[in-house]
Amino acid sequence: MTRQMTGANMIVQALKDQGVDTVFGYPGGAVLPIYDAIFQQNDIRHILVRHEQGAVHAAEGYARSTGKPGVVLVTSGPGATNAVTGLTDALLDSIPLVVLTGQVPTFMIGTDGFQEADTVGITRPCTKHNWLVKDTDKLSGVIHEAFHVATSGRPGPVLIDIPKDVQFANGTYTPKGKVATGHYKPTVKGDIAAITELAEMIEKAERPIIYSGGGVINSGKGASQLLRELSNETNFPITSTLMGLGAYPASGDNWVGMLGMHGLYEANMAMHDCDLMINIGARFDDRITGRLDAFSPNSKKVHVDIDPSSINKVVHVDLPIIGDVGHVLEDLLKVWKSRGRKTNKGALQQWWSQINEWRAKKCLSYTPSETIIKPQYALERLEALTKGMDRYITTEVGQHQMWAAQYLGFEDPNRWMTSGGLGTMGYGLPASVGVQIAHPDALVVNVAGEASWLMNMQEMGTAIQYRAPIKQLILNNERLGMVRQWQELLHGERYSHSWSESLPDFVKLAEAFGCKGIRVSDPSELDAAIQEMLDYDGPVIMDCLVEKHENCFPMIPSGAPHNEMLMGDASTQDAIGSTGAVLV
Amino acid sequence: MSALRLKKGASKKSAYDLKDPNADVIETHTLACIVDNEAGVLARVIGLFSGRGYNIDSLTVAEIDKEGHMSRVTIVTTGTPAVIEQIKAQLGRIVPVHEVHDLTVEGDSVERELALFRVHGTGDHRVEALRLADIFRANVVDSTLESFVFELTGTPDKIDAFADLMRPLGLGRIARTGVAALSRGK
Repeated sequence: MTRQMTGANMIVQALKDQGVDTVFGYPGGAVLPIYDAIFQQNDIRHILVRHEQGAVHAAEGYARSTGKPGVVLVTSGPGATNAVTGLTDALLDSIPLVVLTGQVPTFMIGTDGFQEADTVGITRPCTKHNWLVKDTDKLSGVIHEAFHVATSGRPGPVLIDIPKDVQFANGTYTPKGKVATGHYKPTVKGDIAAITELAEMIEKAERPIIYSGGGVINSGKGASQLLRELSNETNFPITSTLMGLGAYPASGDNWVGMLGMHGLYEANMAMHDCDLMINIGARFDDRITGRLDAFSPNSKKVHVDIDPSSINKVVHVDLPIIGDVGHVLEDLLKVWKSRGRKTNKGALQQWWSQINEWRAKKCLSYTPSETIIKPQYALERLEALTKGMDRYITTEVGQHQMWAAQYLGFEDPNRWMTSGGLGTMGYGLPASVGVQIAHPDALVVNVAGEASWLMNMQEMGTAIQYRAPIKQLILNNERLGMVRQWQELLHGERYSHSWSESLPDFVKLAEAFGCKGIRVSDPSELDAAIQEMLDYDGPVIMDCLVEKHENCFPMIPSGAPHNEMLMGDASTQDAIGSTGAVLV
Repeated sequence: MSALRLKKGASKKSAYDLKDPNADVIETHTLACIVDNEAGVLARVIGLFSGRGYNIDSLTVAEIDKEGHMSRVTIVTTGTPAVIEQIKAQLGRIVPVHEVHDLTVEGDSVERELALFRVHGTGDHRVEALRLADIFRANVVDSTLESFVFELTGTPDKIDAFADLMRPLGLGRIARTGVAALSRGK
């Protein structure tokens, strides 16, 4: 069935055909026809953000927490350029997004028209693919193809730039199933010979580790189940990147914690000393590997990834398997089971006792305080007070993000939304809005630092407009904590521009926005404050004043290998308290 | 002072400074990509090279299938073996790229480039230029009393050699197309 309709109606129809229920956006001159079409229907809900960057991060939160693509609608020129940071963030973290931008009419393109920008040119390197549609007849086809590209293979953001005259003009609508989605069909099934080789390696391994990543989350809930089965059936220890948290439950027996620069001691030591590393849907990011020429020197490395360009990009692997994590894990388990479910049990037992020795170091211990709230303590209490709840956590970027990853436990996939690859300060608040819109009844907490939070704080307005009861837990140290930490470690304690001389009163700010504000600075009042935040039926900004000079440990300093971690040290804190404070 | 200072990282070097172990072996490869002939496709290919810091020695592009809207992009690039592999994988990720062939490793191939040379001269130089052009099987495509324009097709090496010979004979401007390449047989 083909129908004639305007480009604007075609967009709404195509989104409906794709099962879209929510669009995050901000209107402007070049998208007015689309907003007019949205006004005249009720199937798609439009969430009006306060800044286009917020729209993209909200859509990322929506996508990451639902497994569905996030959809964004913004205008030309500044609307599109404001979306660039979000697009880049989604590209680095492989989040499926479809971003629709308005453009000046086709006959004005190239004339430096009002609010004209070369949007496809600007966004070419920060999207998986983008299109400029100059013909209304082609519009619906491009939208359907865009959803296909965004969600298949390694997911990512795509952008469709739509000139205003194309939105007004009439054209023929092509339904979803009638569109040839082109030649783009990434391999999902892994090579069975390679998978069999991996099964053989699993049988022989003496010191194996599973190193899983965000690809497991992207592959879907089934992939997380299969990952759990693989680890549990083989009794192999499993670690994960920041992006992969929740794929294997933190309460699981074989969980050794997050790895990487601020990963757990036991996870990094196991990575360094293993003889078989099974990378499942991770990409050997530099925050993970540390010093490359000393990275896990004695292991055979296996890499399962849907993106062939991830293979051998930074770390040479012995056995690459290109395919979707879920498909590969399914085949792997089938092959391994059919071969008799063998593992080297004796060696594994020794390996586990070694890992338990590393665990005994208790790398996450910190010096408690009865007078000042330690940020780690705040997160431990959040964890304790939300235990068993179906909880969604977003974060901003910095120390608090790493502490959240260390001290909060994730039992399920799609519950942890953070900006991993790009490290975008200002991600967490809009992302929490997007998550809450997708899960209206769930507890959504944004663990934030005050500096990051201020970067997109305008999105509190969005939360209040849509009655999204997001909880903003701001660990306020009046510092750019991670910058401060690096200046202490690497720049002779010269704290150049890493603290705020003027911060808003967050409680008054909350009141100004029309939500609840809570301030807490006494550790003995922390539990009550967190409980008040959780119990309040509406958005809350909680200003949690924490220790100002706390450093995030453990830490692999840049240029060091996994087995040379800096550990938290009680004497360090005192030293900074006296001498460091003078400099601050 | 801070206990941290004593325990500071084993190395002051950042991970970014670490040298690529294969950095000494630089290879030249000729890659051929079959792409959708759509707006911006060349920008995607070139942007990939500039954005990721790869080299382009030569690049040619033209439509090869009008009905199917397909173009062939031939790129001569240099890099370590690992970088060449990355380039191919990254090219393969571009949505409108259908095929990526490394003609340097996929068996024998032929490479040709077309060049135009303007050579100014009179007397002996003019005669010598014409004689050398004949040896190289270059065609004269334009002629005045003081100049020739030669058209020469061949490998990049042959074109370089002809340019070297023409230089003392009054070589003016050169226009080169870049390499077009195709595998042999099959």
